[in-house]
Amino acid sequence: MEVAKHWRETPERYRLEAGKCSKCNTIVFPQRIICPECGNRKFTTQSLSGKGKLVSFTIIRIAPGGFEDLAPYAVGIVELEEGVNILTQITDCNPEDLKTGDPLVAKFRRINEDGKTGMIYYAYKFVPDAGL
Amino acid sequence: MRDVAIIGIGMTRFGELWEMSLRDIAVEAALKCLDDAGTEHIDSVTIGCMSSGLFNQQEHLASLVTDYLGRRNTPAVRVESACASGGMAVRSAFMEVASGISDYAIAIGVEKMTDVDGNLATKALATAADGDYEAFHGINFPGLYALLANAHMEKYGTTREQLAEVAVKNHRNGALNPHSQFPREITTDTVLKSAMIADPLRLFDCSPITDGAAAVLITTVEEARKIGKHPLVVISGIGTATDTIALYQRKDILKMDAVQMAGKRALQMAGKTIHDVDFAEVHDCFTIAEIMVLEALGIVEPGQGGPATQNGHTALNGKFPVNPSGGLKSKGHPVGATGVAQICEAALQLRGQADKRQINNARTALTQNMGGSGGSCVIHILEAK
Amino acid sequence: MIGIVGYGTQIPRYRIKVEEIAKVWGTDAPTYKRGLNLNEKSVPSPDEDCITLSVNAARNAMLRAMIDPADIGAVYVGSESHPYAVKPTGTIVSEALGACPYVHTADFEFACKAGTEAMFVALHLVKSGVVKYALGIGADTSQGAPGDALEYSASAGAAAFVMGAKNVIAELIDTHCFMTDTPDFWRRENAHYPEHGGRFTGEPSYMKHTAGAVNAILEKTKMKPGDLDYMIFHQPNGKFPVQMAFSLGFKEPQFRHGLLTPTLGNTYSGSSPLGLAATLDVAKPNQTILIVSYGSGAGSDAFIFKTTEKLLEIRDKAPLVRKQLDEHLMYLEYGQYAKFRHKILKPE
Repeated sequence: MEVAKHWRETPERYRLEAGKCSKCNTIVFPQRIICPECGNRKFTTQSLSGKGKLVSFTIIRIAPGGFEDLAPYAVGIVELEEGVNILTQITDCNPEDLKTGDPLVAKFRRINEDGKTGMIYYAYKFVPDAGL
Repeated sequence: MRDVAIIGIGMTRFGELWEMSLRDIAVEAALKCLDDAGTEHIDSVTIGCMSSGLFNQQEHLASLVTDYLGRRNTPAVRVESACASGGMAVRSAFMEVASGISDYAIAIGVEKMTDVDGNLATKALATAADGDYEAFHGINFPGLYALLANAHMEKYGTTREQLAEVAVKNHRNGALNPHSQFPREITTDTVLKSAMIADPLRLFDCSPITDGAAAVLITTVEEARKIGKHPLVVISGIGTATDTIALYQRKDILKMDAVQMAGKRALQMAGKTIHDVDFAEVHDCFTIAEIMVLEALGIVEPGQGGPATQNGHTALNGKFPVNPSGGLKSKGHPVGATGVAQICEAALQLRGQADKRQINNARTALTQNMGGSGGSCVIHILEAK
Repeated sequence: MIGIVGYGTQIPRYRIKVEEIAKVWGTDAPTYKRGLNLNEKSVPSPDEDCITLSVNAARNAMLRAMIDPADIGAVYVGSESHPYAVKPTGTIVSEALGACPYVHTADFEFACKAGTEAMFVALHLVKSGVVKYALGIGADTSQGAPGDALEYSASAGAAAFVMGAKNVIAELIDTHCFMTDTPDFWRRENAHYPEHGGRFTGEPSYMKHTAGAVNAILEKTKMKPGDLDYMIFHQPNGKFPVQMAFSLGFKEPQFRHGLLTPTLGNTYSGSSPLGLAATLDVAKPNQTILIVSYGSGAGSDAFIFKTTEKLLEIRDKAPLVRKQLDEHLMYLEYGQYAKFRHKILKPE
């Protein structure tokens, strides 16, 4: 049971909330206490746009536990409009058709579940930006 | 700080050691190490192990191994830095001796990975990534290194064949190593036709799941000279560095900052440059890793890791041999043992005892051991004196 | 004036054709296609469920509503496929939208009528002045038992409506409901698939309740079928709503835009709400729209809306239904579909 462990990430996972350093404007995702660039400890919360482009990706053929039924699926690093990177699954596509540089957009999806009777984990996944 | 030497090395065979337990293999490596050193003297024990909790449901490992080694009441501690745990254990043992806390310190790296099925083993390994922001999303280490491979291929034009050549070269070396899990040569085709794991990485781009342990006994140069059983090998430089463990948080994923900085620090401490190094044991957990490490260490220019491998620069008889032991790929990768095993190989080469895979006139060696996708790195410079 | 201030939908990308299902069960595809007026249906991706469809539809609705999520006073989700038997869908949707914590949520269930239930309550809560904005969502990833007639039609989709009193794009003219206890379709606790009364689901159920609600609201508003620009009925298949419309005196141009079943299937709680969204996608200002849901068990909710000039300002701020329905489709074979829908037994 990893209920609290998931629940406390809700702002990031459900709403893509990031921290913006009040001093140097660096955006950190997930939120953290100390700015990695300037050491400042004050952040404002900023919801990320969920729009970005694909930096690098792979197609997972042999999936880790809990993800077997999804394989093959794409996972990639996406650079968001705000200049911050995020690691995410890319869904609603044929992974073979993806290219680096592809515009992507965030959707709310089911990531995993704690067995058939346990908690369901939701978060962002990205999809090709086809205006859907 | 006192000058430090390695006087004993010992390893189990690497592979699927069904009949031996976690404590068995740790003890076996340690005993071989003591036999090799020709002394029974141990003032402290450092265990490097990534995840006996997940692999074997066993923590509190330092005391357990020390007891089974017949050294009940001896000070013992375990260090963990994912796949760099072994190298970090040697570093701790080094500090024990250099600082004067211990005169004889043994570092034992161990991982017993086959007590769980492959799926659980992969899951345990994935804990070296950012659990909440990488592994949560269904990526594992083949996947993370695949992201690096794709980026490297796109930026530098590194080819699929060049990646394969890393595995081919390391298997060629590993075939000469009696400790290897897979001591057989393979061809480029073996790699290119193996199952796709995470595009573009195939099964033969990946290091295996392995049981194994390795140990080194460390003392002062002064003590080592007294015993004098083997040609003297000293640790003249150590460098460590960290980085974000989440790959996506790095400004440039193709720059392995931790490797670069650890290398720089280790060479600086030894008063050397990379050109003074005769060969290296590096952390080829995936074929792309070796290519990127060659570049980060300055053995080749950025982007030249692939071509350098293909043209034989890093072969056993090349200008700069890399992974004469067979590397993680052929020798096997019991994660906590790997960093120690690298040092065993380096010491063996520097002593001139590496038999069929002996590198001629090897005087200075570099061992590079890293955790996760480069979130930690520890580098040792060893010299024959 | 109260009514709809924003609307949005989400339809999965995957489809399966009637032929592909018929092939497996040895049935005659042309008969089904003709009989049900159904060619294919949407299939949720394994990472989609009622909650994800609700959130994504609601986010599209918020793009059109252009309001502060903190101003949403109520979030109601109607579905017969809430992923949890106990644990609200509404809290997850509210949290994802940023509407928490000062919000009232409730999950509705009433077979295919749950979506309009959520809308009905949302509208009347706004009308009563209790909340500034209320969200009503109909969403389902419905399951038909393998080989059952429902398997050809049970599909997935969601429509979300932000109700409010400011910047209304479709004004609520009136509502009327028609309920009786009619056991035509049900799913017992812990049962994976629903059961139904076969032909009993037609005349005494769908037909009677839909007609009852239509006649009641027309009488109440003193309107005739010809006075309405558009109408949407619940669409368990492509045949029932068309038969019903003609028998009540409506004509094809009135239901053409809202009839999505032939290529969407039956999205259950999302069915008539998606039809309404598709109609809003094409309606001009000052046009009247009748929407009548039907839920087994049984009952119908009827609403009449009148569009405003504002509709044109917000329409293009989120994807149109036809776009989600027609573009970038990925067709499944039955084996993939069976895997996606967890119809293949695997060891635990």
